[in-house]
Amino acid sequence: MLNRILSHDLPRNRWLALLLILMLLGLALTPFLFPGTKALNVAAKIIVFTLLVASYDLLLGYTGIVSFAHTMFFGIGAYGVAIASTRMGPGWGAVALGVGGALLLSLLLSLVIGLFSLRVKAIFFAMITLAVASAFLTLASQLSDWTGGEDGLNFKVPEALQPGTQYLEDPLLGASIDGRFVSYYLLFVVSLLLVLALLRIVNSPFGRVLQAIRENDFRAEAIGYRTVIYRTLSNVLAALFACLAGALLAIWLRYNGPDTSLSFEIMLDILLIVVIGGMGTMYGALIGSVLFMLAQSYLQDLMRLGASAVEGVPLLSQLISPERWLLWLGVLFVLAVYHFPSGVVGRLRTSGRRPG
Amino acid sequence: MNQATEIAIPKAGFDWLPLALVPLLALALLPFVGSPSTWLTLTVAGLAMGLIIFVIASGLTLVFGLMDVLNFGHGVFIALGAFVATSVLGGMSAWIGAPSLLLNLGAIFVAMLVAMSVAAAVGLAFERVLVRPVYGQHLKQILITMGGMIIGEELIKVIWGPQQIALPLPETLRGAFLWGDAAVEKYRVLAVAIGLVVLGVMLYTLNRTKIGLLVRAGVQDREMVESLGYRIRRLFIGVFVTGSALAGLGGVMWGLYQQNVTPQMGAQVNVLIFIVIIIGGLGSTLGCFVGALLVGLLANYTGFLVPKLALFSNIALMVAVLLWRPQGLYPVTSR
Amino acid sequence: MSSLLTLQGVHTHIGAYHILHGVNLEVPAGELTMLLGRNGAGKTTTLRTIMGLWPASKGRISFDGKAIGGAGVKASTPDIACSGIAYVPESMGIFADLTVRENLLLAARGARSIEQIDTKRLDWLFTMFPALKKFWLYPAGKLNGGQKQMLAIARAMVEPRRLLLIDEPSKGLAPAMVRNMIAALRELKSTQTTVLLVEQNFMVARELGDGVAVMDNGRVVHAGRMAGLAQDDEMQQRLLGLSLASHQ
Repeated sequence: MLNRILSHDLPRNRWLALLLILMLLGLALTPFLFPGTKALNVAAKIIVFTLLVASYDLLLGYTGIVSFAHTMFFGIGAYGVAIASTRMGPGWGAVALGVGGALLLSLLLSLVIGLFSLRVKAIFFAMITLAVASAFLTLASQLSDWTGGEDGLNFKVPEALQPGTQYLEDPLLGASIDGRFVSYYLLFVVSLLLVLALLRIVNSPFGRVLQAIRENDFRAEAIGYRTVIYRTLSNVLAALFACLAGALLAIWLRYNGPDTSLSFEIMLDILLIVVIGGMGTMYGALIGSVLFMLAQSYLQDLMRLGASAVEGVPLLSQLISPERWLLWLGVLFVLAVYHFPSGVVGRLRTSGRRPG
Repeated sequence: MNQATEIAIPKAGFDWLPLALVPLLALALLPFVGSPSTWLTLTVAGLAMGLIIFVIASGLTLVFGLMDVLNFGHGVFIALGAFVATSVLGGMSAWIGAPSLLLNLGAIFVAMLVAMSVAAAVGLAFERVLVRPVYGQHLKQILITMGGMIIGEELIKVIWGPQQIALPLPETLRGAFLWGDAAVEKYRVLAVAIGLVVLGVMLYTLNRTKIGLLVRAGVQDREMVESLGYRIRRLFIGVFVTGSALAGLGGVMWGLYQQNVTPQMGAQVNVLIFIVIIIGGLGSTLGCFVGALLVGLLANYTGFLVPKLALFSNIALMVAVLLWRPQGLYPVTSR
Repeated sequence: MSSLLTLQGVHTHIGAYHILHGVNLEVPAGELTMLLGRNGAGKTTTLRTIMGLWPASKGRISFDGKAIGGAGVKASTPDIACSGIAYVPESMGIFADLTVRENLLLAARGARSIEQIDTKRLDWLFTMFPALKKFWLYPAGKLNGGQKQMLAIARAMVEPRRLLLIDEPSKGLAPAMVRNMIAALRELKSTQTTVLLVEQNFMVARELGDGVAVMDNGRVVHAGRMAGLAQDDEMQQRLLGLSLASHQ
């Protein structure tokens, strides 16, 4: 039964399985286990990023394509919901229209990008996606009539999800059952289903062809697979899932702006998570997201403490300043790419195989 | 050898078409701009910008062509050069403030030299620590060099602070030459001059020296150059370091062009230089030159005519060029 | 006759493929040794392994007494080339965007500019390959197949080398060009340069070879004198699947 749900792609390692179960349970029970808005926000972010990174893993880990345009689709999903809710007024209709429109746009864009650029060498493709993504970022800032420009859009979600909507008078087991609660579980369930769908995709014959292409595209072409078609499809699928992740994020934040979904920093976060978690594993997306988000949220507090301790020391205080968070991220990133190419998941799996 | 040259068939024709696009573009947009004086201002600005981009991108295209190495962190040298210049010029305020052209130019050249040296040194470290371990693995190269750029940008913020720093032009270089109605900024003329000198030195080195010959051959067939007995590894390090130094120089020039420097400037220019080397053809210096000029000119013309579309003009240009010549304007015939 | 180049038990793996299964080969100094065999026998791999382009996973390769390849030996391709070995690959390795002049200058390691190349040597090359002189300033990529091959061989000869490794020079050439090439290689032989020549064209082999080694399935299955093999139809048939009559 479990096998079927996980599409026969089991963790294959005791510790990994344990870690995954813990994380999953933790996320499932966050409103009850970790009260407070900050914890809930972090957990919601973890859920959204797991889906986002899993979709990127499809592209990078399984098909071997480096693309910097992923945040663009993330943003399209988020802006879809935001713009629809702002223009049409809050409600499920707006959400549906927003998501639908965003999916359509993502489909078209990813098709165009895929068909045009996948005919060129991988290096070209990476650079072109970088260019396209920055153009899109500028576009979003400039079409301020629609997108709210740099300030972004604040909007209301359907009534069922609004924080003000109380379902039960008193808190149940420590958690207040309100719109936020429902939102959270909406995110959780939808993301879970979508990630399981991704797992199904990568373990299907289609997924296997993708991996063959990643290993040796010449040979794949020689055997008879039109690699351009598979690559384009992979591109499109990844874009659609990222788009949905964006929609979920927007629903949770009730806000969207260029910085929340389109910024280059998010692209870097995705890269970091997928590398640390483990490329080509899907599970790495969850593990990486949890580790990353926890570190980002709570480590910065630690850095703040450290910074105040060494205040006054010229270079040191600057290095530990919480604003220089990205510096240590970068160092970790470089170390991860070089020393942990298979990420946490890969390490756990190979350690399990040691004899004795 | 005179005998050989006398009876030899003359050199095969040079592909003028891409190079001709530059004046063609400029002239084509003249009617849209309207007044010739504005056109002149824009054209000089475009050439200056283009040449600065060329200085920055030239190293990157050779690094890729020669060793198949993708340095997504090239932008860090740009920012580094610019910030070093602010420190150097900050310490030379006497020379900057003086009304003497000689002292002003002297200060700028000193700043450029120091910036290039620092960028070269950092480039050496960058190659050794980040690029060499992942030689041959494109995916990891992209990721690691990106990581390198993030680290570099943050370290710049640590040393110089995260905010924008002004980089004012020295006294005699401010303002513009006036020819009738046309105002041509003095600094831009200087930038064009410096850019042309760099181009000249590069072309000379590539075409008239043995080292340049090795680089051009290596870009086409690295393995054969090694089989002929040359240690291309060392050559590559040299090219990488030179490329970094040039990026540093470009950073100084760019900083003076904008009259301020920000830690993000590296990442911002990164996208632009990638577009340029794709347009030019990876590994081709001449292609890089033409691509840079086209991008610079287009950016200025569209900035004047249709500001909202300025960034897209580059992408549109890239798409147009790739549809015409999928390998770039001057493709390099490689193995 | 002392052996200039010796391969002992050389194995080469390319990725997961085991191509050379213990090659033993001796190339005597001052002679032209033919390396024959069917397609896929491992001839090109052998040359590339000698040049260090592919590492030998087992065995030993020595040139003039010094180890230049084999397990545990760290010799890079430039080092191997600098010890006096010139390599003319099957693909010729011509730099298409460079002129004939530049191609030759590159091959002349000791020269910083064309003027520094020994004029007598250049004249000798021009006598053998008149096309070089004619297309001196032309991009080498514009030459036809035969002319490119001449340029490739000329490059290996622009400076004196101890050993030349040449891979299928007659491939794809018109018969007239093949005659020119044989003549040029005969010229080369007269300078007492050691040559290891890979060929599929038995006529060429017969005209030029002093010694011969035949490969099959990654091993040398026969080594001896060319004269002996040329007279033995049955052995030719067995080793190379041909007879003299059928192969021109």
